[in-house]
Amino acid sequence: MNPSNYIILSAVLFSIGAIGVLVRRNAIVVFMSVELMLNAANLAFVAFARMNGNLDGQTVAFFVMVVAAAEVVVGLAIIVTIFRTRRSASIDEPNLLKY
Amino acid sequence: MTELMPAEGVFSLIWLLIALPLAGAVVLLFGGRRTNSWGPYLGVLTVCASAVLGWLMLLAMLQNPPEERTFDQNLFTWVSVGGFQADMAFQLDQLSMVFVLLITTVGALIHIYSLGYMAHDPDRRKFFGYLNLFVGAMLILVLANNFLLLYVGWEGVGLASYLLIGFYQYKHSAAAAAKKAFVINRVGDVGLSLAIMLMFVTFGSVSFEDVFGAADQASEGTLNAIGLLLLLAAAGKSAQFPLQAWLLDAMEGPTPVSALIHAATMVTAGVYLIARSNAIFDLAQVAATAVIVVGVITVFMGAIIGSAKDDIKKSLAGSTMSQIGYMIAAVGLGPIGYVFGIFHLLTHGVFKAGLFLGAGSVMHGMNDNVNMRRYGALRTVMFITFITFAAGWLSILGIPPFSGFWSKDELIHAAFEESVLVGVLLIIAAGITGFYMTRMFIMTFLGKARWEDDVHPHESPKVMTIPLIILALGSTFLGMALLFWGDIESWLEPVVGFESKEAPLSTAATIGISLAAVIAGVIVAYVMYARRPIPIEAPRGSWLTRAAREELYGNQVNQVLVVTPTLVAAKAATSIDAKGIDGLVNGLAALVGAISGRLRRYQTGFVRTYALSMVGGAVIVVLALVLVRAS
Repeated sequence: MNPSNYIILSAVLFSIGAIGVLVRRNAIVVFMSVELMLNAANLAFVAFARMNGNLDGQTVAFFVMVVAAAEVVVGLAIIVTIFRTRRSASIDEPNLLKY
Repeated sequence: MTELMPAEGVFSLIWLLIALPLAGAVVLLFGGRRTNSWGPYLGVLTVCASAVLGWLMLLAMLQNPPEERTFDQNLFTWVSVGGFQADMAFQLDQLSMVFVLLITTVGALIHIYSLGYMAHDPDRRKFFGYLNLFVGAMLILVLANNFLLLYVGWEGVGLASYLLIGFYQYKHSAAAAAKKAFVINRVGDVGLSLAIMLMFVTFGSVSFEDVFGAADQASEGTLNAIGLLLLLAAAGKSAQFPLQAWLLDAMEGPTPVSALIHAATMVTAGVYLIARSNAIFDLAQVAATAVIVVGVITVFMGAIIGSAKDDIKKSLAGSTMSQIGYMIAAVGLGPIGYVFGIFHLLTHGVFKAGLFLGAGSVMHGMNDNVNMRRYGALRTVMFITFITFAAGWLSILGIPPFSGFWSKDELIHAAFEESVLVGVLLIIAAGITGFYMTRMFIMTFLGKARWEDDVHPHESPKVMTIPLIILALGSTFLGMALLFWGDIESWLEPVVGFESKEAPLSTAATIGISLAAVIAGVIVAYVMYARRPIPIEAPRGSWLTRAAREELYGNQVNQVLVVTPTLVAAKAATSIDAKGIDGLVNGLAALVGAISGRLRRYQTGFVRTYALSMVGGAVIVVLALVLVRAS
C-alpha cells in the first residue's frame, strides 16, 4: 500500500480535529478534537518513518503519546473543576480572563 | 633680584601662622555645644598667638639685609599632573609681612572687641569659628607662593565673608545680602581662575617665581589679558566698579565683621593681588590704565554714596569703597604708586577698623539702631568712643599728623607724578571725603540728642573700648611710624619696586591744596549739619542725593543688565525643557499607550478566538514555507 495514502488520511484527520476545536462549544468535544489532531500528527510521523526507512518518526510518536497522556490529565482536571463550579462545560462561558 | 631664603629659625613656623586660626575654626565649628563656654576665648587666643608669631618674624626679618628677606617654605607637593605642579608652599617677604601683621593684629583686636560685642549672642561660638576661618584663609591668601594656593585663600575668605554676612540668617535681608555678595564675588573669581589658566598656558607654571620671572618674555597682548582678568578679580573682591554693589548690603553682618572683613582686610585683597602681580602690570600698559580708571571711578562712587546714606554702617561702607578706590588707583600707577597704595592700605586698615568698631560701640549703646538721624550729642554719654572715633575721623580726612595724612598725601603726590588729571580728581574726592566723614561725625556725636524714647545710650565695656583705644593710637601714629621709623618705601621696594619722577606740583603744594579741599568739605558739612537742625525724617534732597541713596542705581543696573536677562533665559530654557523635550518624550509614551489600548481589545477571553488565531498563524507559516520552497 502506498504510504502517501496514510499522509492524506493524516491530513484529513488533522483538519477534522482543527475544525472541531474551532466550531464546537462543549469542552469535552473540543478536547477530543485536540486528541484527534495529536494522533493525526502521530500517524504522519509513523508514515514518514516508514517512507524514510528509519525509526526517528516512530520515536517521536512515542514522545507525543506521553505528552498527550500528561496533557489529558491536566486538561481533564481543569474541565472537571470548571464544570463543578459553573455547572456547564461550554468553553465560551469562562471568558473572564480578558482585557 | 631678591634671593629666596630657606625658612629657618622662627621662619620654619610660617605654617603655624595659618594653622593656629584654622585649628581654632575646626575646634569651634566641629566641637559643638561643648565648646560654648570656652570656645570664644580659644578663638581669640589662636589669633593673638598668630599675631605674636607675626611680630617675632618681623623682628627676625629685620636682622637680614633687604635682599635676603624673602623666605620660602615648601611643605609638600600638592598637585602634580603632567607638566602642572603646584606646591603647598608659602612665601614670606616684605609685602606678605605687612599683610600678616595687619591681619593678625587688627584681627586680634577685633576678636577681643567681639567678646564684648557678641557677649549676648547665643551663636557666638559659631561667630568666632567663622572669624578664625576667615583669618586662616586670609593668611593663606597673602602667604601663598603660587596662584593656585592664593586662589584657595581667595575662595576661603569669600566663604567666610558669605557665612558672616549671613550670620543673622533668620533675617531675610541678611540672607539675601550674603547670597548677593557671594554671587557677585563669583564673577570676580571667574576672572582670577581664567587668569591662572592663562598664566599656565603662557608660562607653564603658576608659581610667583616662574610667572613673574618670565613675564617679560610673554607678548604684551597676553599680559594685558592676564592683567585685565586680575583686575576683574580685584574688582569683585574689593568692591570696585562695576562689581561694587555687594559691599553696602554686606553691612547686614555683625559690626566686627564689617570692620575686619569689609574694611580692613578682605576687601583689600584686590590691592594685594595687583601689587603682588606688579611684574605683569608693569609690562601691561592697557591693564594698568584700566586699573587707574576703575579706581578713580570707585573713589567718586563710594564718596558720593557715603555722603547721602543715613545708615552709619552703609556710609562707612561707601567710604571704604572710596578709600580702596584710592589704593587701586595707586597700584595702577606702577612703581610710582605700589608703595603708597600699600601704605594707605595699612593706615586705612587701622583707622577704618577703628571707625567701624566705634560705630559698633555706638550701635551697642543705641539698641542696634543704625540711623544717624536718631543719634546726636553722643559725646556726652560715650566719651571714649567719641575720642577714638575722632582720631579715625581726623585720620581719614588727612589732617596732619594723623596716619591718613601721610599715606593719602604721598598717594596723591605720586598720582601727580604720573598724571595731573588723576591727581586733581583724587584731590576733589578728598574734599568729598571731608564732607561725608564730618557729616557722619556731627550727626553722631555733636548737635542735639535725637534719640528714640526708649534708648538709654551708655559707654561700652572695657573689652570693647580697649581695642578702640589701641586702634585710635594706630590711627594717630601709625602713619608717622611707618614713614619715618619703618621707612616703608625702602622696606617694600625689593618686592614691588619703587621709582619717583619729577611732579608738576611740589610736595608742599600738594599738601596745601588737598588740605584746602578737605577743609572746604568740612566747612560745607559744618554749615549743613551743625548750624542747622537735622530733621529726623530725611528730606527729599536733590537728584544727586536721591541717586546716592539708591547707591547710584548700581542694583538697578545689575537688575536690567544681568538679573532680568538671566531670568528670561532661565524661563525660556525651562519652557523649552517642559514643552519641547518633555513634550516629545511624553508624546511618544502617550502614542505607545494609545496603540496598546487598541491592541489589547484582541484579548477577548474567548478560547475559540485564540484557537482560530493560532490556526491562522500556523496556516500562514506553512504557506510561507511552501512558497519559499517553491521559489
